[in-house]
Amino acid sequence: MLTTQVLYALAGCVIVALGLRGALLHASLLQRIVAINVMGAGVFLLLIAVAYRGPGLAPDPVPHALVLTGIVVAVSATALALALARRLHAEQGDD
Amino acid sequence: MTDAMIGLVALPLAGALATLLLPRSATAVAIGTGLAITVAAGLLLFGVATQGALHYEIGGWSAGLGIALRADGLSALLLLMTALVMLAASVYASAYFSTVSERARFWPLWLLLWTSLNALLLSGDLFNLYVTLELLGLSAVALASLGGKRAAVAAALRYLLVGLLGSMMFLAGVGLIYAGYGTLDLAQLALAIGAGPVAWTALALMTAGLLLKTALFPLHFWLPPAHASASAPVSAVLSALVVKAAFYLVLRLWLDVFANVVTPAAADLLGVLGAGAVLWGSWRALQAERLKLLAAWSTVAQLGYLFLFFPLLLALPPGPARELAAGGLVMLALTHGFAKASLFLAIGIIQQRCGHDTIRELDGTAQRLPATTFAIALAGVALIGLPPSGAFLGKWQLLAGAVATGQWVWLVVTAIGSLLAAAYIVRVLGHAFGHRPYPNLPVSVAREEWPALLLAAMAALVLGLAGAPVWGLLEIGT
Repeated sequence: MLTTQVLYALAGCVIVALGLRGALLHASLLQRIVAINVMGAGVFLLLIAVAYRGPGLAPDPVPHALVLTGIVVAVSATALALALARRLHAEQGDD
Repeated sequence: MTDAMIGLVALPLAGALATLLLPRSATAVAIGTGLAITVAAGLLLFGVATQGALHYEIGGWSAGLGIALRADGLSALLLLMTALVMLAASVYASAYFSTVSERARFWPLWLLLWTSLNALLLSGDLFNLYVTLELLGLSAVALASLGGKRAAVAAALRYLLVGLLGSMMFLAGVGLIYAGYGTLDLAQLALAIGAGPVAWTALALMTAGLLLKTALFPLHFWLPPAHASASAPVSAVLSALVVKAAFYLVLRLWLDVFANVVTPAAADLLGVLGAGAVLWGSWRALQAERLKLLAAWSTVAQLGYLFLFFPLLLALPPGPARELAAGGLVMLALTHGFAKASLFLAIGIIQQRCGHDTIRELDGTAQRLPATTFAIALAGVALIGLPPSGAFLGKWQLLAGAVATGQWVWLVVTAIGSLLAAAYIVRVLGHAFGHRPYPNLPVSVAREEWPALLLAAMAALVLGLAGAPVWGLLEIGT
């Protein structure tokens, strides 16, 4: 039986696979940064599916805490990646 | 002794903020903080040796809700090595960076890196390990990009993307573990976990992520450019400590937490990858034209030796023989930490004094920089694994384990790798002792040369001659 939880978990796995494929195969820097973020979204979706405990019950807070921390980390890492990519781009322009 | 554990995380964090707020006296603040952390790490090791494994729940929140700090023999040893290497590199960096703006950018990131290394080694649950891995990765990338040259920025960006990919895989594994077992605490997991699809998938995901971060062949492609284009103190710490942090996690997961799950076939796979790293890394180090690239490829090879121990540890029955082999593994990791940091610091001096690090043009370095050349030779002794270095003891245990379990192939790999290491070290020394008279007097700056020399002596003499307590300390588990 395909429950909502399994559906979310499977969707998470598919998104992880898509992101991983993009991160490994794309040549463009920006595409790779976006692909890693897509992969992160898949992992977060998987964790949210894990937190589900059934209808009417409060979800498990621990995976939610994992997701929140993961989002903070992903945002700061993306910011650093974009800053480095911009500097690289600016220096390429100088050559 | 729990104060020492809190200090190991709180001191560098407070130091990072202080150096950010007081850029003009950043160097003095950082060196003072470094000394305090080293004392704390020494106290912690003493505490673990006398009282056994330590455990502390921050704010009284129990594991599961709060953050618990743990220290056993292995983590206390690695914490002390981290402190000594970071302290020596800090003293070196205080002379290496000359302008106020360089120092203002360097010290806060440096102390943040130290915070995340200490926190990682003290963490006892998978979630905090994930967070500390990310903090470590971010601060390491920022430090690697500080050089500002295009090559450094490009290498740092690749390092960041690879690190992120590794972290995401690790986090996916952590999620699976929580779904399967309902806990993230390592000690509870070790009791609960059993072989099955969930445990296998989670272990595979986490290991793949960590192998990417520890740069095991063939996932090593990002390491040589990143480590070779950073500034000297940063390269030293990236090669000696940062890749080892991810390796420490592999070790913890495979030997402690997932001990019931790992199979000999999986360990053989790690061994084969390690053998590939030893052979390919040593070969590329021999081909390298620049000293820093040589050192970086040598790191790829030296990490390979650590993975050769996995098939042996799984084949050996629990008992004295296995503990000897496990101690050899840790001894090899500790020696490499000191030796590689020393090598990178010494290369940094050559690069600053001679203006280049091309191996072919090193002639006369031994006359100009005798102490630095000596440091390279001593570090080389440890990298090759000659007695009386700690690496000799480590490799001896590797060979003994290979003979005891009949796995001769690792013995052949170790022999070829050591010969190649001897060749690439002798190649550098051969050029350094080449004759080219210099009219000027030898330049010697104590603050720069002493750290490299002391670290090399630690690897080549102290660990080998006085390293026996390491085996006793490792028996103190959580």
